[in-house]
Amino acid sequence: MGINYIVPEYRVVRDPDRCIGCRVCERQCANEVHSFVPQTGKMAADDAKCVNCHRCVSLCPTGALRIVKNEDTFKINANWSNKLMQEIYRQADSGGVLLSSMGNPEPYPIYFDKILLNASQVTNPSIDPLREPMETRTFLGAKTKKIQRDKDGKIIPNASPYLELKTPIMFSAMSYGSISYNAHESLARAATELGIYYNTGEGGLHDDFYQYGANTIVQVASGRFGVHADYLDTAAAIEIKMGQGAKPGIGGHLPGTKIVGDISRTRMIPEGSDAISPAPHHDIYSIEDLRQLVFSLKEATNYQKPVIVKIAAVHNVAAIASGIARSGADIIAIDGYRGGTGAAPTRIRDNVGIPIELALAAVDQRLRDEGIRDNVSIVVGGSCRCSTDVFKAIALGADACYIGTAALLALGCHLCRSCHAGKCNWGIATQRPDLVKRLNPDIGYKRLVNLVEAWTHEIKEMMGGMGINSIESLRGNRLMLRGVGLNEKELEILGIKHAGE
Amino acid sequence: MLKEGQVRIPSGCAISGMFSKAGKCFNGEAIIKSIEIMHDRSNGLGGGFAAYGIYPEYKDYYAFHVFYDNTAVKKECEEFLHRHFDIVLDSEIPTRKIPQITDEPIIWRYFVTPLPAKLKNSHLDEKEYVVRCVFKVNTRFSGAYVFSSGKDMGVFKAVGYPEDVGRFYRLEEYNGYCFTAHGRYPTNTPGWWGGAHPFALLDYSVVHNGEISSYDANRRSIEMYGYKCTLQTDTEVIAYIVDYLNRKMGLSFQEIASVIAAPFWQTINKMPPDQKARAEYLRNIFGSFLVTGPFSILVGFEGGMMALNDRLKLRSMVCGEKDDMIYIASEESAIRIIEPELEKVWSPAGGVPVVVTLNGGNA
Repeated sequence: MGINYIVPEYRVVRDPDRCIGCRVCERQCANEVHSFVPQTGKMAADDAKCVNCHRCVSLCPTGALRIVKNEDTFKINANWSNKLMQEIYRQADSGGVLLSSMGNPEPYPIYFDKILLNASQVTNPSIDPLREPMETRTFLGAKTKKIQRDKDGKIIPNASPYLELKTPIMFSAMSYGSISYNAHESLARAATELGIYYNTGEGGLHDDFYQYGANTIVQVASGRFGVHADYLDTAAAIEIKMGQGAKPGIGGHLPGTKIVGDISRTRMIPEGSDAISPAPHHDIYSIEDLRQLVFSLKEATNYQKPVIVKIAAVHNVAAIASGIARSGADIIAIDGYRGGTGAAPTRIRDNVGIPIELALAAVDQRLRDEGIRDNVSIVVGGSCRCSTDVFKAIALGADACYIGTAALLALGCHLCRSCHAGKCNWGIATQRPDLVKRLNPDIGYKRLVNLVEAWTHEIKEMMGGMGINSIESLRGNRLMLRGVGLNEKELEILGIKHAGE
Repeated sequence: MLKEGQVRIPSGCAISGMFSKAGKCFNGEAIIKSIEIMHDRSNGLGGGFAAYGIYPEYKDYYAFHVFYDNTAVKKECEEFLHRHFDIVLDSEIPTRKIPQITDEPIIWRYFVTPLPAKLKNSHLDEKEYVVRCVFKVNTRFSGAYVFSSGKDMGVFKAVGYPEDVGRFYRLEEYNGYCFTAHGRYPTNTPGWWGGAHPFALLDYSVVHNGEISSYDANRRSIEMYGYKCTLQTDTEVIAYIVDYLNRKMGLSFQEIASVIAAPFWQTINKMPPDQKARAEYLRNIFGSFLVTGPFSILVGFEGGMMALNDRLKLRSMVCGEKDDMIYIASEESAIRIIEPELEKVWSPAGGVPVVVTLNGGNA
């Protein structure tokens, strides 16, 4: 047996006075960290297998468990961190590409945290949302301004197809396959109850979920998995996925071992075959090709549904968005580099793309400069972590936000970032029936509803505080924002003033 | 300190307007009296008037009222005007020197009509041509500012209390069927005449009391359609929205009111289906022009006037009626002082426009 170079990142600490040997931890851990040692009659733990998902901690009836950062360290080196060294050992072992899950965890700047909000004082009254209407209803789609009147001179409502949201938040694309049936059911039911939308991702739509079609956005991605006429017809909107914030420029790969049963049927590919989404759409090598796909989908659905084009936030995102806004698309979704994923090469996830705040500000301004902002709505994700992130995004110019990671957290995810292993102890990012059943959709959907309602309450409070009583008066209202600790260039790109100005 | 236009300055105010539905003309004395009684709602940093029907002999010509900082820029600007317009008459606007009004710029008036060849080559309709020329002057010539550009109407404004501004401009010498007035209480001291109300473009003029919270959302949206908010005032942005929705989109003033002060969704939900569909359409398509925060505005236009409060009615606004006259002001006292015997007095609800026109014409 070779030398094990890898030092566990976390340690499982068990309080022997509290542990009663009930073995719940052992049964709950799909990573097989915990085991019962008959000789001693005690529980043992293999730290090396622990991903720090906190399932055992949450379920331990006596509170006997803690997961702590392993204090063991290699010789301290400001250039060669423990993490980098371990990655070298791992690659030297396997010869493989490093894989990671969920969003970029590295300490890059978070611009949302450097933006502060305004409130009314004296010259303009704040509004109490408990006493006055406070409106968050949002429409997504092209705002084509062509007034037509009937013979009596009354306006004919001729709006382009649009989505109507009770609150400017949607659940972002997560495929059935990357997450479980129960997770999908939770999202679909929550979206329906909330009057918002969830997104199938590129995994097709399970037969059981067609009933939620009115609140479903279906995705058409480079692999075209699960795309057929009924799938498009059932949806409220169709999203063409050009890119993803966690892995701009590359495709996806769901291993054949996960393509079983319903997943195989829903994706319309044989059991056991790898589901490989190519890096580009092979029918889209430029913007004019995108236009053709947009109109193919519109043609296929009789021009009844808005088409979303989702792109990753990359360096020239403003120019790309400008092209999309002229492509016939109704909505542009931009995914920031903090956006989550079920699996991505670590190097890509941690180094490709730009912050969503900057991308959003640049796109919104560019589309306004070109006079085409009304051609499209803008939806941003990756990552909106709380109601203030959503609020600031709207004030920067977004029409609505996609939340993915926050939604999974509501379902129990603890961001252990091991989705790619397929052994999610919380029943979210797994297809193992024994794990999937741990997520109860009756409870899960309610938690999602609670989360979005709580955020909506907070958004209303902040709107009222600044004397705004409808969300459209916040959209693009950058005077309501001030930067703290940002340099001139950052302020210029964000289009906001510094605090005190 | 930054001048108005370089910085956004919130302000409180008083407004007053009077309108003869029969088109009877009266002079500007009454409106001065009306705005004067609300003296405490202004702080001497801006006052102004818009008057309609005052240039009957030149009613087919655009009346440009222009502030100049000096004769050099006047010369430069006039060269520009000559290249684009046939100027049938230009003269200084008559004023009365009074101690309360100081530091006046050169105030000039031109009656113009676009040069036919220039207009044809521009491929623009006449009004759009005029608007673009006004914007060119206001953005290109530093020290020149066209503050009135409509036909058979004019704006008169200055830094000072409104009653002094009215006397300064000798308003008693003008006869019109509609006057609006404004007294300003800005929370800063820019001391620039262009920043006073009314704000006008073509024959649209706006006086406004309030501070809107949707300002930057509105500004960034309207600027997409070729408008440049050079003053950074709420009034300017509202004036452009009105111009855009009425002149370019063809919306009626009732419809404009349901964009600017859109009915709440809870109200829309109770409407009959077809009315609901139209209301929803306007909110969806023109959502960026919803104005929130406190405001009461008087919009003057050719042959009519609209009064509108924000949808929560966060600013006072009272209407009074007597014979063919309609009076609208921030306070009832401002109406009673000029017409003690009113037939009807009421406070319009938030978001419900009062639109009056000459002889019941369309608006």
